[in-house]
Amino acid sequence: MSAVLETVSLTKFFGMVRAAEDLSVQFQEGELVGIVGPNGSGKTTLLNVITGYVKPDRGRIRYQGKDITGLSPRAVADLGIARSFQMPQLYLSLTVLENLVLALAIRAGRAREFWAPLERVDRRDEAPRILEQFGLEEHASHDAGQLPEGARKLLDVALSFARRPRILLMDEPTSGVSARDKSKVMDTLVPVLKGTGVTTIFVEHDMEVVQRYAERVLAFDEGKVIAAGSPDAVLRDPTVRRALLGQP
Amino acid sequence: MAIGRRLDLTLALAGLGFFLVVPPFLPQWITFLLTLAWAKALAVLGIVLLLRGGLLTFGHALYYAVGAYTAGFAVKFLGVHEGLAALGLAVVTGAAASALLGLLLARYRGVHFGLLNLAFSMVLYAVLLKFYEVTGGTDGLRLPTPLLAGVKPDAQHLRLTIYYVTVVLAALLLYVAYRFTTSPLGYTLRAVRDNEVRVEYMGASVRQAIYCSYIVAGVLASVGGVLAGFSVGHIVPELSFWTQSGEFVFVALLGGTGSVLAPVAGSIVFEFVRNYAFKYSPYTWQMTLGIVLLGIIFFLPGGLWSLKGIAARRWTIVTRRSQ
Amino acid sequence: MSAGLTFTYGVVRILNLAHGNLYALGAYMGAWLVLGWGSSAMPVLSYLLLFAAAVFIGVTAGPLIERLFLRRVYGKEEEIQILLTFSILLILEDVIKLVWGVSPLFADKPYIYMGHVRLGGVDYAGYPFLLTGIAVVTGILLWLVVTRTRFGKVLVSVITDREVSSALGVNVPRIYTLAFTLGAVLAALGGAFTAPMFSVVPGIGAEVIVVSFAVVAIGGLGSIGGAALGALLVGLARATAVHLFPELDLFAIYLIMALVLLFRPQGLFGQVEARRI
Repeated sequence: MSAVLETVSLTKFFGMVRAAEDLSVQFQEGELVGIVGPNGSGKTTLLNVITGYVKPDRGRIRYQGKDITGLSPRAVADLGIARSFQMPQLYLSLTVLENLVLALAIRAGRAREFWAPLERVDRRDEAPRILEQFGLEEHASHDAGQLPEGARKLLDVALSFARRPRILLMDEPTSGVSARDKSKVMDTLVPVLKGTGVTTIFVEHDMEVVQRYAERVLAFDEGKVIAAGSPDAVLRDPTVRRALLGQP
Repeated sequence: MAIGRRLDLTLALAGLGFFLVVPPFLPQWITFLLTLAWAKALAVLGIVLLLRGGLLTFGHALYYAVGAYTAGFAVKFLGVHEGLAALGLAVVTGAAASALLGLLLARYRGVHFGLLNLAFSMVLYAVLLKFYEVTGGTDGLRLPTPLLAGVKPDAQHLRLTIYYVTVVLAALLLYVAYRFTTSPLGYTLRAVRDNEVRVEYMGASVRQAIYCSYIVAGVLASVGGVLAGFSVGHIVPELSFWTQSGEFVFVALLGGTGSVLAPVAGSIVFEFVRNYAFKYSPYTWQMTLGIVLLGIIFFLPGGLWSLKGIAARRWTIVTRRSQ
Repeated sequence: MSAGLTFTYGVVRILNLAHGNLYALGAYMGAWLVLGWGSSAMPVLSYLLLFAAAVFIGVTAGPLIERLFLRRVYGKEEEIQILLTFSILLILEDVIKLVWGVSPLFADKPYIYMGHVRLGGVDYAGYPFLLTGIAVVTGILLWLVVTRTRFGKVLVSVITDREVSSALGVNVPRIYTLAFTLGAVLAALGGAFTAPMFSVVPGIGAEVIVVSFAVVAIGGLGSIGGAALGALLVGLARATAVHLFPELDLFAIYLIMALVLLFRPQGLFGQVEARRI
């Protein structure tokens, strides 16, 4: 089965920092992959490069066999790759519902209409349903800027999810979320994502989260993959433990 | 939020009713000021729309002047005296000018955007000033009374006729602007202000959203310019000067950005206050503007229109308490 | 003067629209002092007066503006900062009118003292050479201050990371005030020494800020070398235009600016800052 997304010899240096060095990874359709690694190991850079926010120094990125290296984030989004952010990127002055409906409107290609009201875009009430799936119904009419941290993260993912992407990249979905809410967030997200068959790749710092939810794990260090496999295998690997925790 | 919308609608209808019914009973000079205020409110509306996208332009007078001089040239070179035709032409020229300049300007934000707009408006000013044979230089051009749908308004009701044309047209455009703000494009523009990166990641083009909004703003100002020109009867290069742009910006903030109705409120207040203030103290006018602007920035960032929101909230608290 | 503008932006990250008014204040103050005290007996005195005027304006208006007004909007959105400097611009425009009236001040003695210089068979007025000399010296001094002195190093650290500098014990607010004052002095210097070349009227503040912005935009915000290069280009463009198409001198400046920005939106030496996500 050929990979739905792959990088080929991806290299990106920021001055002395090796964010990616000859990185070649593949992702299969529908799988749920976790990426771990110490700070500066290139995890977020991988997401940035795939989505076109940063251009690689060398190497290529292939999506469904097509070369997407160097495309803008907009073009990449149009092709079906969506991404959520470490710090939730929301439209703070709009309500939660407006945030979502706007995402739907843009997906429907109606971002440039200037006569019909926004609400009419969502005739089939897709937005409220997504809100329900993500447990955000109670916040529907609140301004996004007023949401608690966990809800913000969920909204951030919901906005990316609303695009019905083929691949969803999540950057530290549980960072900044209290320990108690972490499982709440992931327990909400994972069933929704698996249920729709979206290929999910998430970068995480929290080992427990990765262990519990990921089907496959990649461990990064200094821009290279140092281990890959099942969560248990990878997290028990001494090289990985030394890189992440400083001791075997 | 439904309360806010209903209140806006009520205010809009009440206001419209007032402005349509009352003026025949008011002295001529008040009608004149109101006409000017309504015309300028359109240019201010353009600025408010752009502000919703996080863009502050210091050169919007450019399109205001474009509109006015389009009407002037139409009379001078094309012999067109029909007001409606002049308005139509102004829409075209305003759109053309903003479409052209927008190509460059939509790439910029913040100070760059503001000052680049300013720069272009000053270029227009210089051009209008220096090409005497074409533009009339400092003397400007005279705008004779326009024909309206082929009919020449009779001298006795001239002021009033122009007033009604202005108000009706402006009200229509206000409605169009309202639809704009509640449309996907309007929301995308607000999203651009909040988070450009997210907009691009969602698959929408920030540049296109800004570009389209810019053209709308330009056309609004252009129409405003024609209407103001008809009202005053005389157009001068100063219409493109930075102080005119600054005035529009001031009124935009005075009125507030919360509603399409705010520019009208701000503009009317401004015209009347200026009428008095200028008589008494011409040398401190700009300083007064500056101080008031400071006051708005620090104490009432939402402008006068936000007072409505504050009043409405107090009202609901009071009525709820009495239940 | 553009160096001052770009310098202030580099440190405080606010483009001061009222910078032109500082220039105007310098011009007015300088002209006024020279007209009042610059007698024909001691020509050198008039130059000192111009210099003193500039420093005086910079050192009084600078901290005043920074402390009273700028300080309150540091964290806020850019539109508010711009509006703030715009309102200061409006206020200063009228302050100038109130203090010095509306009639033009013409303090041409310093200009005349410099006489004429003969270069290559053509007579040039001497004063512009003095002006250029002062500009060059100021530019070099500024560059030296930023790169060689301790103040300069502290400044750079504050520009790079305000919070870290603050944590390290740097008195960031004072640095901001000092930097802004320095920028103000530069503006006033430009004004004071240009004053003898033309009649000083209200409105020069607004005129000059637009040109100065063009210079800074071409050179790149925050880059002093860029401002110098930009000023050079703008000056050349203007001179050429005045020579060939007198009506379009302003137009030439904006044309150059538009062209530069079309191909390099951040200016010749500016840096593109991508947001970190």
